[in-house]
Amino acid sequence: MRITLTSVLVDDQAKALDFYTRVLGFEKKYEVPMGEYAWLTVVSPDAPDGVELVLEPDQHPAARSFKAALAADGIPFTAFTVDDVEAEQARLSAAGVVFTQPPTTMGPVTTAVFDDTCGNLIQIQSPAPA
Amino acid sequence: MPIVEVMDDADAVFKALADRTRRALLDALAERDGQTLFELCARMASTHGLTSSRQAISQHLDVLEGAALVHRRREGRYTFHDLDTTPLTPLRERWRRPDERTPR
Repeated sequence: MRITLTSVLVDDQAKALDFYTRVLGFEKKYEVPMGEYAWLTVVSPDAPDGVELVLEPDQHPAARSFKAALAADGIPFTAFTVDDVEAEQARLSAAGVVFTQPPTTMGPVTTAVFDDTCGNLIQIQSPAPA
Repeated sequence: MPIVEVMDDADAVFKALADRTRRALLDALAERDGQTLFELCARMASTHGLTSSRQAISQHLDVLEGAALVHRRREGRYTFHDLDTTPLTPLRERWRRPDERTPR
């Protein structure tokens, strides 16, 4: 058994694909039409054969209230690793991405939190500068 | 005659300050306003060594808000917390001797 996929619940797959590729810089790996929705995944260009992120529709009512409750308390359910949180925050802010937490060092990691425009808060993290 | 407990503003401030976690929350907000509950919880755990639950932290913030030391600000889907030190001013002034009082 291996872990090759992780998911993020998105309110609109087309909008999510645009944000996760054009803004964040991931690349589309699979888009398989499945009726109303698609099996839609993206990967990091740094690891095209690595873990795929599934852009999963949040059409179940429970998924939406789950996301709203997390967002209200500022909780990112999903986190990505970057080389330099400060640099990534500067790049994404310039692209219009809204951060609910600027880069902050907490113990061994530096983290920041942004809004993915699809109903989620996402944390980016890197090891704190020594 | 029973003592009737009526909380005035000073009571609310002293009660709010009489707790280590609440003081640590004020320390965290003094570093930067506009923090979410998530960030405050993370700071409590990582830099203050306090392992209170999210619910407990939220209740501490209620007490701080009751004393007007913290304000919750809603922006869209998010809630941010800001520090307000205005309620501390009367405490500073209260026990100054006449010759120490700030000129008005």
